[in-house]
Amino acid sequence: MRAFLAVVTGQILAIFCRFITAVRADWRGIEPVRRQRIYYANHTSNADLPLIWTVLPPLMRRETRPVAAADYWLKNKLRAFAGGEVFRAVLIDRRKEHQDADPIDKIVAALDEGASIIIFPEGGRNRSEDPLMPFKAGLYNIAKARPGVDLVPTWIDNIASIMPSGEIIPVPLACTVIFGAPLHVEENEDKDGFLNRTSAALLELIPTRDDT
Amino acid sequence: MTETSNDMLLVGLAVLGLLFLASIGGEVLRARLAADETHPTVETYLTRVQSWWFMAGCAVFALLTGPWAIVLLFAFCSFAALREFLTLTTKTKADHWALVAAFYVILPGQYALVWFNQTGLATTLIPVYAFLFLPILSALRGAGKAFLERISETQWALMICVFCASHVPLLIGLEIEGYGERSLLLIAWLVLIVQLGDLMEYFAGRRIGKRKIASEISPKTLEGIACGTLFAMAAGALLSWITPFNPLQAAIMAAPVFLVGVGGNLVLASIKTDRGIRNWGHLIPGQGGFVDQLDSVFFAAPLFYHMTRFFWTT
Repeated sequence: MRAFLAVVTGQILAIFCRFITAVRADWRGIEPVRRQRIYYANHTSNADLPLIWTVLPPLMRRETRPVAAADYWLKNKLRAFAGGEVFRAVLIDRRKEHQDADPIDKIVAALDEGASIIIFPEGGRNRSEDPLMPFKAGLYNIAKARPGVDLVPTWIDNIASIMPSGEIIPVPLACTVIFGAPLHVEENEDKDGFLNRTSAALLELIPTRDDT
Repeated sequence: MTETSNDMLLVGLAVLGLLFLASIGGEVLRARLAADETHPTVETYLTRVQSWWFMAGCAVFALLTGPWAIVLLFAFCSFAALREFLTLTTKTKADHWALVAAFYVILPGQYALVWFNQTGLATTLIPVYAFLFLPILSALRGAGKAFLERISETQWALMICVFCASHVPLLIGLEIEGYGERSLLLIAWLVLIVQLGDLMEYFAGRRIGKRKIASEISPKTLEGIACGTLFAMAAGALLSWITPFNPLQAAIMAAPVFLVGVGGNLVLASIKTDRGIRNWGHLIPGQGGFVDQLDSVFFAAPLFYHMTRFFWTT
Protein backbone atom coordinates (compact mmCIF):
# COMPACT_ATOMS: atom_id res chain seq x y z
CA MET A 1 0.00 0.00 0.00
CA ARG A 2 2.72 2.45 0.95
CA ALA A 3 4.74 1.39 -2.08
CA PHE A 4 1.75 2.07 -4.32
CA LEU A 5 1.21 5.41 -2.64
CA ALA A 6 4.87 6.23 -3.22
CA VAL A 7 4.60 5.50 -6.95
CA VAL A 8 1.44 7.62 -7.25
CA THR A 9 3.02 10.47 -5.28
CA GLY A 10 6.05 10.25 -7.55
CA GLN A 11 3.90 10.52 -10.66
CA ILE A 12 1.93 13.46 -9.29
CA LEU A 13 5.16 15.19 -8.35
CA ALA A 14 6.57 14.64 -11.86
CA ILE A 15 3.41 16.04 -13.46
CA PHE A 16 3.51 19.03 -11.12
CA CYS A 17 7.17 19.68 -12.01
CA ARG A 18 6.35 19.54 -15.68
CA PHE A 19 3.39 21.87 -15.26
CA ILE A 20 5.42 24.48 -13.40
CA THR A 21 8.66 24.36 -15.36
CA ALA A 22 7.91 22.56 -18.63
CA VAL A 23 11.23 20.93 -17.77
CA ARG A 24 13.16 19.59 -20.70
CA ALA A 25 16.07 17.18 -20.75
CA ASP A 26 19.00 17.93 -23.00
CA TRP A 27 20.86 14.63 -23.45
CA ARG A 28 23.96 16.29 -24.79
CA GLY A 29 26.67 13.84 -23.79
CA ILE A 30 24.77 10.63 -23.08
CA GLU A 31 21.74 8.73 -24.30
CA PRO A 32 18.73 8.17 -22.04
CA VAL A 33 19.36 4.44 -21.75
CA ARG A 34 19.47 2.06 -18.81
CA ARG A 35 23.05 2.01 -17.70
CA GLN A 36 24.56 2.45 -14.31
CA ARG A 37 25.60 6.05 -13.78
CA ILE A 38 26.48 8.59 -11.14
CA TYR A 39 24.73 11.85 -12.02
CA TYR A 40 26.40 14.75 -10.25
CA ALA A 41 24.57 18.05 -10.30
CA ASN A 42 24.61 21.65 -9.14
CA HIS A 43 22.46 22.29 -6.08
CA THR A 44 20.75 25.62 -5.48
CA SER A 45 17.26 24.72 -4.36
CA ASN A 46 15.09 21.99 -2.93
CA ALA A 47 13.49 21.63 -6.33
CA ASP A 48 16.71 20.30 -7.89
CA LEU A 49 16.18 16.70 -6.98
CA PRO A 50 12.54 16.44 -8.15
CA LEU A 51 13.53 18.07 -11.44
CA ILE A 52 16.28 15.61 -12.35
CA TRP A 53 13.99 12.87 -11.20
CA THR A 54 11.19 14.14 -13.46
CA VAL A 55 13.24 14.21 -16.65
CA LEU A 56 14.55 10.68 -16.22
CA PRO A 57 12.46 8.20 -18.23
CA PRO A 58 10.30 6.14 -15.81
CA LEU A 59 12.33 2.97 -16.19
CA MET A 60 15.56 4.77 -15.37
CA ARG A 61 13.83 6.65 -12.56
CA ARG A 62 13.07 3.37 -10.81
CA GLU A 63 16.74 2.39 -10.88
CA THR A 64 18.09 5.75 -9.76
CA ARG A 65 18.56 6.74 -6.13
CA PRO A 66 19.51 10.21 -4.95
CA VAL A 67 22.03 10.76 -2.19
CA ALA A 68 20.37 13.08 0.28
CA ALA A 69 20.91 14.57 3.71
CA ALA A 70 19.34 12.57 6.53
CA ASP A 71 19.15 15.63 8.77
CA TYR A 72 16.81 17.21 6.19
CA TRP A 73 14.81 14.23 4.98
CA LEU A 74 14.09 12.65 8.37
CA LYS A 75 12.86 15.85 9.97
CA ASN A 76 9.17 14.91 9.76
CA LYS A 77 6.95 12.06 8.59
CA LEU A 78 6.12 13.64 5.24
CA ARG A 79 9.75 14.20 4.36
CA ALA A 80 10.66 10.72 5.52
CA PHE A 81 7.99 9.29 3.24
CA ALA A 82 9.13 11.41 0.28
CA GLY A 83 12.83 10.76 0.84
CA GLY A 84 12.62 7.15 1.82
CA GLU A 85 9.82 5.79 -0.32
CA VAL A 86 9.20 8.14 -3.24
CA PHE A 87 12.82 8.92 -4.06
CA ARG A 88 14.28 5.90 -2.22
CA ALA A 89 17.15 8.16 -1.21
CA VAL A 90 20.44 6.95 0.16
CA LEU A 91 20.33 8.98 3.35
CA ILE A 92 23.58 10.42 4.61
CA ASP A 93 23.89 12.30 7.86
CA ARG A 94 26.04 15.36 7.38
CA ARG A 95 26.57 15.64 11.15
CA LYS A 96 29.61 13.60 12.09
CA GLU A 97 28.33 12.58 15.54
CA HIS A 98 25.18 11.00 14.08
CA GLN A 99 26.90 8.84 11.48
CA ASP A 100 26.42 5.15 12.12
CA ALA A 101 28.38 4.05 9.09
CA ASP A 102 30.81 5.64 6.66
CA PRO A 103 28.60 7.55 4.17
CA ILE A 104 30.80 6.51 1.26
CA ASP A 105 30.24 2.85 2.15
CA LYS A 106 26.48 3.37 2.04
CA ILE A 107 26.67 4.95 -1.41
CA VAL A 108 29.02 2.28 -2.74
CA ALA A 109 26.68 -0.39 -1.37
CA ALA A 110 23.81 1.19 -3.34
CA LEU A 111 25.98 1.15 -6.47
CA ASP A 112 26.80 -2.50 -5.89
CA GLU A 113 23.09 -3.26 -5.76
CA GLY A 114 22.93 -1.93 -9.32
CA ALA A 115 21.35 1.47 -8.64
CA SER A 116 22.34 4.65 -10.40
CA ILE A 117 23.04 7.59 -8.11
CA ILE A 118 22.20 11.29 -8.11
CA ILE A 119 24.63 13.26 -6.01
CA PHE A 120 25.12 16.96 -5.28
CA PRO A 121 28.89 17.14 -4.78
CA GLU A 122 28.86 20.69 -3.39
CA GLY A 123 27.63 19.13 -0.17
CA GLY A 124 24.76 21.55 0.33
CA ARG A 125 22.74 24.24 -1.36
CA ASN A 126 24.74 26.92 -3.09
CA ARG A 127 23.76 30.32 -1.69
CA SER A 128 26.76 32.16 -3.09
CA GLU A 129 26.95 34.30 -6.21
CA ASP A 130 29.20 31.78 -7.96
CA PRO A 131 27.58 29.18 -10.20
CA LEU A 132 29.26 26.32 -8.29
CA MET A 133 30.87 25.92 -4.88
CA PRO A 134 34.04 23.80 -4.52
CA PHE A 135 33.21 20.08 -4.57
CA LYS A 136 33.58 17.96 -1.43
CA ALA A 137 35.87 14.96 -1.46
CA GLY A 138 32.93 12.50 -1.53
CA LEU A 139 32.66 12.40 -5.30
CA TYR A 140 36.34 11.51 -5.57
CA ASN A 141 36.08 8.74 -2.99
CA ILE A 142 33.06 7.21 -4.73
CA ALA A 143 34.72 7.43 -8.13
CA LYS A 144 37.85 5.79 -6.70
CA ALA A 145 35.83 3.00 -5.11
CA ARG A 146 33.92 2.17 -8.30
CA PRO A 147 36.02 3.57 -11.18
CA GLY A 148 34.05 1.72 -13.87
CA VAL A 149 30.79 3.65 -13.34
CA ASP A 150 30.11 6.63 -15.63
CA LEU A 151 30.16 10.00 -13.92
CA VAL A 152 27.66 12.23 -15.70
CA PRO A 153 27.79 16.01 -15.15
CA THR A 154 24.21 17.29 -14.85
CA TRP A 155 23.48 21.00 -15.01
CA ILE A 156 20.09 22.25 -13.82
CA ASP A 157 19.47 25.56 -15.52
CA ASN A 158 17.36 28.42 -14.16
CA ILE A 159 16.20 26.67 -11.03
CA ALA A 160 17.56 29.45 -8.82
CA SER A 161 14.95 31.87 -10.14
CA ILE A 162 12.13 29.34 -9.97
CA MET A 163 12.62 28.74 -6.28
CA PRO A 164 15.29 30.87 -4.65
CA SER A 165 16.48 29.40 -1.38
CA GLY A 166 14.20 30.36 1.46
CA GLU A 167 11.10 30.60 -0.73
CA ILE A 168 8.30 28.04 -0.66
CA ILE A 169 6.18 28.91 -3.69
CA PRO A 170 7.81 28.12 -7.04
CA VAL A 171 7.45 30.64 -9.87
CA PRO A 172 6.65 28.91 -13.14
CA LEU A 173 9.66 29.45 -15.39
CA ALA A 174 11.14 27.25 -18.06
CA CYS A 175 13.87 24.91 -16.90
CA THR A 176 16.35 22.64 -18.67
CA VAL A 177 18.35 19.75 -17.27
CA ILE A 178 21.51 19.21 -19.32
CA PHE A 179 23.39 15.91 -19.20
CA GLY A 180 27.05 16.11 -20.29
CA ALA A 181 29.53 13.52 -21.51
CA PRO A 182 30.57 10.89 -18.93
CA LEU A 183 33.88 11.12 -17.06
CA HIS A 184 35.97 8.61 -15.15
CA VAL A 185 38.67 8.96 -12.54
CA GLU A 186 42.05 8.41 -14.13
CA GLU A 187 44.76 6.20 -12.72
CA ASN A 188 46.99 8.12 -10.32
CA GLU A 189 44.76 11.19 -10.54
CA ASP A 190 44.84 13.09 -7.25
CA LYS A 191 41.79 14.38 -5.42
CA ASP A 192 42.15 18.08 -6.28
CA GLY A 193 42.87 17.44 -9.94
CA PHE A 194 39.84 15.19 -10.22
CA LEU A 195 37.50 17.55 -8.40
CA ASN A 196 38.64 20.47 -10.57
CA ARG A 197 38.14 18.43 -13.72
CA THR A 198 34.64 17.26 -12.81
CA SER A 199 33.67 20.73 -11.64
CA ALA A 200 34.93 22.28 -14.90
CA ALA A 201 32.97 19.71 -16.93
CA LEU A 202 29.80 20.73 -15.09
CA LEU A 203 30.44 24.46 -15.55
CA GLU A 204 30.96 23.91 -19.25
CA LEU A 205 27.33 22.83 -19.60
CA ILE A 206 25.97 26.22 -18.52
CA PRO A 207 24.10 27.55 -21.54
CA THR A 208 25.24 30.87 -22.90
CA ARG A 209 22.24 32.81 -24.08
CA ASP A 210 23.36 32.53 -27.72
CA ASP A 211 22.92 28.82 -28.16
CA THR A 212 19.79 28.11 -26.19
CA MET B 1 -28.29 21.99 -32.63
CA THR B 2 -28.26 25.77 -32.50
CA GLU B 3 -27.31 28.01 -35.36
CA THR B 4 -24.09 29.01 -33.62
CA SER B 5 -22.79 25.52 -33.14
CA ASN B 6 -23.83 24.69 -36.69
CA ASP B 7 -21.68 27.51 -38.00
CA MET B 8 -18.90 26.53 -35.65
CA LEU B 9 -19.00 22.99 -36.95
CA LEU B 10 -18.80 24.26 -40.53
CA VAL B 11 -15.79 26.46 -39.74
CA GLY B 12 -14.18 23.62 -37.83
CA LEU B 13 -14.68 21.20 -40.69
CA ALA B 14 -13.26 23.74 -43.15
CA VAL B 15 -10.14 24.16 -40.97
CA LEU B 16 -9.69 20.42 -40.62
CA GLY B 17 -10.16 20.10 -44.40
CA LEU B 18 -7.39 22.64 -45.00
CA LEU B 19 -5.12 20.76 -42.61
CA PHE B 20 -5.89 17.55 -44.43
CA LEU B 21 -4.76 19.15 -47.67
CA ALA B 22 -1.61 20.46 -45.94
CA SER B 23 -0.82 16.98 -44.61
CA ILE B 24 -1.38 15.33 -47.98
CA GLY B 25 0.78 17.96 -49.69
CA GLY B 26 3.62 17.25 -47.27
CA GLU B 27 3.33 13.50 -47.62
CA VAL B 28 3.40 13.83 -51.42
CA LEU B 29 6.58 15.92 -51.19
CA ARG B 30 8.11 13.33 -48.87
CA ALA B 31 7.11 10.43 -51.15
CA ARG B 32 8.75 12.13 -54.12
CA LEU B 33 12.14 11.95 -52.41
CA ALA B 34 14.33 8.92 -52.95
CA ALA B 35 13.97 6.18 -50.33
CA ASP B 36 17.16 7.00 -48.42
CA GLU B 37 16.80 10.76 -48.64
CA THR B 38 15.32 13.18 -46.13
CA HIS B 39 14.77 16.82 -46.85
CA PRO B 40 15.01 19.10 -43.80
CA THR B 41 12.49 21.65 -45.13
CA VAL B 42 9.92 18.94 -45.83
CA GLU B 43 10.46 17.37 -42.42
CA THR B 44 10.13 20.76 -40.66
CA TYR B 45 7.00 21.44 -42.66
CA LEU B 46 5.46 18.11 -41.68
CA THR B 47 6.31 18.64 -38.00
CA ARG B 48 4.61 22.01 -38.23
CA VAL B 49 1.53 20.56 -39.87
CA GLN B 50 1.33 18.05 -37.02
CA SER B 51 1.48 20.88 -34.51
CA TRP B 52 -1.26 22.69 -36.44
CA TRP B 53 -3.45 19.62 -36.23
CA PHE B 54 -3.05 19.59 -32.50
CA MET B 55 -3.63 23.34 -32.03
CA ALA B 56 -6.58 23.47 -34.42
CA GLY B 57 -8.00 20.40 -32.73
CA CYS B 58 -7.82 22.10 -29.32
CA ALA B 59 -9.30 25.33 -30.65
CA VAL B 60 -12.18 23.67 -32.48
CA PHE B 61 -12.91 21.44 -29.51
CA ALA B 62 -12.95 24.44 -27.15
CA LEU B 63 -15.16 26.45 -29.51
CA LEU B 64 -17.67 23.61 -29.73
CA THR B 65 -17.60 22.99 -25.98
CA GLY B 66 -18.51 26.54 -25.09
CA PRO B 67 -17.30 29.83 -23.61
CA TRP B 68 -15.80 28.32 -20.46
CA ALA B 69 -13.53 26.07 -22.53
CA ILE B 70 -12.34 29.06 -24.57
CA VAL B 71 -11.60 31.06 -21.42
CA LEU B 72 -9.71 28.09 -19.99
CA LEU B 73 -7.79 27.49 -23.23
CA PHE B 74 -6.61 31.10 -23.40
CA ALA B 75 -5.81 31.15 -19.69
CA PHE B 76 -3.53 28.20 -20.34
CA CYS B 77 -1.98 29.90 -23.39
CA SER B 78 -1.34 32.98 -21.25
CA PHE B 79 0.23 30.84 -18.55
CA ALA B 80 2.56 29.09 -20.99
CA ALA B 81 3.43 32.35 -22.76
CA LEU B 82 4.09 34.20 -19.50
CA ARG B 83 6.33 31.36 -18.35
CA GLU B 84 8.36 31.57 -21.55
CA PHE B 85 8.54 35.35 -21.40
CA LEU B 86 9.52 35.70 -17.75
CA THR B 87 12.20 33.04 -18.17
CA LEU B 88 14.10 35.62 -20.21
CA THR B 89 13.46 38.82 -18.30
CA THR B 90 15.76 40.47 -15.79
CA LYS B 91 14.88 39.45 -12.24
CA THR B 92 16.44 38.91 -8.86
CA LYS B 93 15.42 37.28 -5.63
CA ALA B 94 13.66 40.49 -4.60
CA ASP B 95 11.12 40.00 -7.40
CA HIS B 96 10.00 36.60 -6.19
CA TRP B 97 6.77 37.79 -4.58
CA ALA B 98 5.93 39.99 -7.55
CA LEU B 99 6.41 37.03 -9.90
CA VAL B 100 4.39 34.74 -7.65
CA ALA B 101 1.60 37.35 -7.63
CA ALA B 102 1.77 37.70 -11.42
CA PHE B 103 1.29 33.97 -11.96
CA TYR B 104 -1.06 33.01 -9.16
CA VAL B 105 -3.11 36.18 -8.58
CA ILE B 106 -3.07 38.46 -11.61
CA LEU B 107 -3.33 35.77 -14.30
CA PRO B 108 -6.25 33.81 -12.79
CA GLY B 109 -7.83 37.10 -11.68
CA GLN B 110 -7.75 38.48 -15.19
CA TYR B 111 -9.41 35.38 -16.64
CA ALA B 112 -12.00 35.32 -13.87
CA LEU B 113 -12.88 38.92 -14.79
CA VAL B 114 -13.10 37.87 -18.44
CA TRP B 115 -15.37 34.97 -17.54
CA PHE B 116 -17.71 37.22 -15.54
CA ASN B 117 -17.47 39.78 -18.34
CA GLN B 118 -16.31 42.57 -16.01
CA THR B 119 -15.01 44.66 -18.89
CA GLY B 120 -14.11 47.66 -16.76
CA LEU B 121 -11.95 45.73 -14.35
CA ALA B 122 -10.57 43.42 -17.03
CA THR B 123 -9.17 46.41 -18.89
CA THR B 124 -7.68 48.00 -15.74
CA LEU B 125 -6.44 45.10 -13.61
CA ILE B 126 -3.07 44.83 -15.34
CA PRO B 127 -2.48 48.34 -16.74
CA VAL B 128 -3.46 49.99 -13.45
CA TYR B 129 -3.45 47.67 -10.46
CA ALA B 130 -0.64 45.27 -11.40
CA PHE B 131 1.29 48.25 -12.71
CA LEU B 132 1.13 49.95 -9.31
CA PHE B 133 1.27 47.03 -6.91
CA LEU B 134 3.87 44.63 -8.32
CA PRO B 135 6.69 47.22 -8.12
CA ILE B 136 5.66 47.87 -4.51
CA LEU B 137 6.15 44.17 -3.77
CA SER B 138 9.60 44.22 -5.36
CA ALA B 139 10.53 47.36 -3.44
CA LEU B 140 9.41 45.79 -0.15
CA ARG B 141 11.64 42.80 -0.81
CA GLY B 142 14.71 44.99 -1.03
CA ALA B 143 14.68 46.67 -4.47
CA GLY B 144 18.31 46.29 -5.58
CA LYS B 145 20.09 46.61 -8.88
CA ALA B 146 18.39 47.35 -12.22
CA PHE B 147 15.10 47.98 -10.41
CA LEU B 148 13.43 49.90 -13.21
CA GLU B 149 14.45 47.33 -15.83
CA ARG B 150 13.10 44.51 -13.69
CA ILE B 151 9.71 46.02 -12.90
CA SER B 152 9.27 47.23 -16.49
CA GLU B 153 10.06 43.86 -17.98
CA THR B 154 7.69 42.06 -15.63
CA GLN B 155 4.92 44.55 -16.46
CA TRP B 156 5.59 44.21 -20.16
CA ALA B 157 5.38 40.44 -19.95
CA LEU B 158 2.01 40.70 -18.20
CA MET B 159 0.69 43.20 -20.72
CA ILE B 160 1.54 41.02 -23.71
CA CYS B 161 0.98 37.53 -22.39
CA VAL B 162 -2.03 38.13 -20.15
CA PHE B 163 -3.68 41.49 -20.86
CA CYS B 164 -3.50 41.38 -24.66
CA ALA B 165 -4.14 37.63 -24.85
CA SER B 166 -7.23 37.90 -22.65
CA HIS B 167 -8.87 40.21 -25.21
CA VAL B 168 -9.51 37.13 -27.35
CA PRO B 169 -11.97 35.50 -24.89
CA LEU B 170 -13.19 38.99 -23.89
CA LEU B 171 -14.83 39.05 -27.34
CA ILE B 172 -17.39 36.53 -26.07
CA GLY B 173 -18.94 39.17 -23.83
CA LEU B 174 -19.53 41.75 -26.57
CA GLU B 175 -23.20 42.52 -27.02
CA ILE B 176 -23.84 43.16 -30.67
CA GLU B 177 -27.37 43.84 -31.86
CA GLY B 178 -28.81 41.07 -34.02
CA TYR B 179 -25.74 38.90 -33.43
CA GLY B 180 -26.98 37.39 -30.22
CA GLU B 181 -25.05 34.56 -28.68
CA ARG B 182 -22.79 34.11 -31.65
CA SER B 183 -19.87 36.25 -30.50
CA LEU B 184 -17.84 33.07 -29.94
CA LEU B 185 -17.52 33.00 -33.72
CA LEU B 186 -15.65 36.32 -33.65
CA ILE B 187 -12.79 34.44 -32.02
CA ALA B 188 -12.70 31.91 -34.83
CA TRP B 189 -12.71 34.77 -37.35
CA LEU B 190 -9.90 36.69 -35.62
CA VAL B 191 -7.59 33.72 -35.13
CA LEU B 192 -8.22 32.41 -38.65
CA ILE B 193 -7.52 35.63 -40.53
CA VAL B 194 -4.39 36.40 -38.51
CA GLN B 195 -2.98 32.89 -38.90
CA LEU B 196 -3.97 32.52 -42.58
CA GLY B 197 -2.50 35.96 -43.34
CA ASP B 198 0.73 34.99 -41.56
CA LEU B 199 0.91 31.79 -43.56
CA MET B 200 0.40 33.60 -46.86
CA GLU B 201 2.90 36.28 -45.86
CA TYR B 202 5.44 33.53 -45.14
CA PHE B 203 4.99 31.69 -48.44
CA ALA B 204 4.73 34.80 -50.62
CA GLY B 205 7.73 36.33 -48.84
CA ARG B 206 9.80 33.24 -49.64
CA ARG B 207 8.71 33.15 -53.28
CA ILE B 208 8.63 36.75 -54.43
CA GLY B 209 9.92 38.71 -51.44
CA LYS B 210 12.71 41.20 -52.19
CA ARG B 211 12.56 44.28 -50.00
CA LYS B 212 13.11 43.39 -46.37
CA ILE B 213 11.38 45.73 -43.94
CA ALA B 214 13.60 44.99 -40.93
CA SER B 215 16.49 42.91 -42.19
CA GLU B 216 18.28 42.75 -38.84
CA ILE B 217 15.55 40.97 -36.98
CA SER B 218 13.19 39.35 -39.42
CA PRO B 219 13.04 37.90 -42.95
CA LYS B 220 9.69 39.64 -43.54
CA THR B 221 9.41 41.49 -46.86
CA LEU B 222 7.16 44.21 -48.22
CA GLU B 223 5.90 41.86 -50.93
CA GLY B 224 5.11 39.11 -48.44
CA ILE B 225 3.23 41.48 -46.16
CA ALA B 226 1.25 42.93 -49.07
CA CYS B 227 0.19 39.43 -50.17
CA GLY B 228 -0.59 38.49 -46.58
CA THR B 229 -2.77 41.57 -46.12
CA LEU B 230 -4.71 40.91 -49.32
CA PHE B 231 -5.14 37.28 -48.37
CA ALA B 232 -6.30 38.16 -44.85
CA MET B 233 -8.81 40.63 -46.32
CA ALA B 234 -10.08 38.02 -48.77
CA ALA B 235 -10.33 35.36 -46.06
CA GLY B 236 -12.04 37.89 -43.78
CA ALA B 237 -14.62 38.71 -46.44
CA LEU B 238 -15.18 35.05 -47.28
CA LEU B 239 -15.79 34.29 -43.61
CA SER B 240 -17.94 37.36 -43.01
CA TRP B 241 -21.04 35.13 -42.73
CA ILE B 242 -19.91 34.12 -39.23
CA THR B 243 -19.49 37.77 -38.14
CA PRO B 244 -21.83 40.72 -37.78
CA PHE B 245 -19.91 42.49 -40.59
CA ASN B 246 -20.80 42.49 -44.28
CA PRO B 247 -18.04 41.26 -46.65
CA LEU B 248 -16.70 44.75 -47.35
CA GLN B 249 -16.63 45.69 -43.67
CA ALA B 250 -14.95 42.38 -42.86
CA ALA B 251 -12.21 43.02 -45.42
CA ILE B 252 -11.66 46.53 -44.04
CA MET B 253 -11.46 45.16 -40.47
CA ALA B 254 -9.05 42.39 -41.52
CA ALA B 255 -6.36 44.73 -42.89
CA PRO B 256 -5.40 46.67 -39.73
CA VAL B 257 -5.89 43.59 -37.56
CA PHE B 258 -3.49 41.60 -39.70
CA LEU B 259 -0.97 44.44 -39.98
CA VAL B 260 -0.77 45.07 -36.24
CA GLY B 261 -0.21 41.32 -35.89
CA VAL B 262 2.76 41.58 -38.25
CA GLY B 263 4.01 44.45 -36.10
CA GLY B 264 3.67 42.27 -33.02
CA ASN B 265 5.74 39.59 -34.64
CA LEU B 266 8.47 42.15 -35.39
CA VAL B 267 8.43 43.49 -31.83
CA LEU B 268 8.82 40.05 -30.30
CA ALA B 269 11.48 39.16 -32.87
CA SER B 270 13.41 42.26 -31.73
CA ILE B 271 13.29 41.00 -28.15
CA LYS B 272 14.48 37.56 -29.24
CA THR B 273 17.38 39.09 -31.20
CA ASP B 274 18.32 41.22 -28.21
CA ARG B 275 18.27 38.25 -25.84
CA GLY B 276 20.14 36.06 -28.34
CA ILE B 277 17.54 33.33 -28.71
CA ARG B 278 15.87 31.81 -31.75
CA ASN B 279 12.65 30.63 -30.15
CA TRP B 280 10.77 31.45 -26.97
CA GLY B 281 10.33 27.84 -26.00
CA HIS B 282 10.17 24.28 -27.19
CA LEU B 283 6.65 23.17 -26.40
CA ILE B 284 5.24 23.29 -29.93
CA PRO B 285 7.34 21.01 -32.15
CA GLY B 286 8.55 22.76 -35.30
CA GLN B 287 7.25 26.16 -34.15
CA GLY B 288 9.08 26.94 -30.94
CA GLY B 289 7.09 28.25 -28.02
CA PHE B 290 3.63 29.66 -27.36
CA VAL B 291 4.87 33.21 -27.76
CA ASP B 292 6.33 32.38 -31.20
CA GLN B 293 3.01 30.97 -32.28
CA LEU B 294 0.70 33.58 -30.80
CA ASP B 295 2.66 36.85 -31.04
CA SER B 296 0.52 38.24 -33.87
CA VAL B 297 -2.73 37.18 -32.18
CA PHE B 298 -1.66 38.88 -28.93
CA PHE B 299 -1.13 42.19 -30.74
CA ALA B 300 -4.20 41.91 -32.95
CA ALA B 301 -6.68 40.97 -30.22
CA PRO B 302 -7.00 44.31 -28.34
CA LEU B 303 -7.27 46.25 -31.60
CA PHE B 304 -9.92 43.94 -32.98
CA TYR B 305 -11.80 43.95 -29.69
CA HIS B 306 -11.93 47.73 -29.47
CA MET B 307 -12.75 48.23 -33.16
CA THR B 308 -15.66 45.82 -32.87
CA ARG B 309 -16.79 47.34 -29.60
CA PHE B 310 -16.60 50.88 -30.93
CA PHE B 311 -18.37 50.31 -34.23
CA TRP B 312 -20.76 47.48 -33.49
CA THR B 313 -21.92 47.50 -29.90
CA THR B 314 -24.76 49.64 -28.77
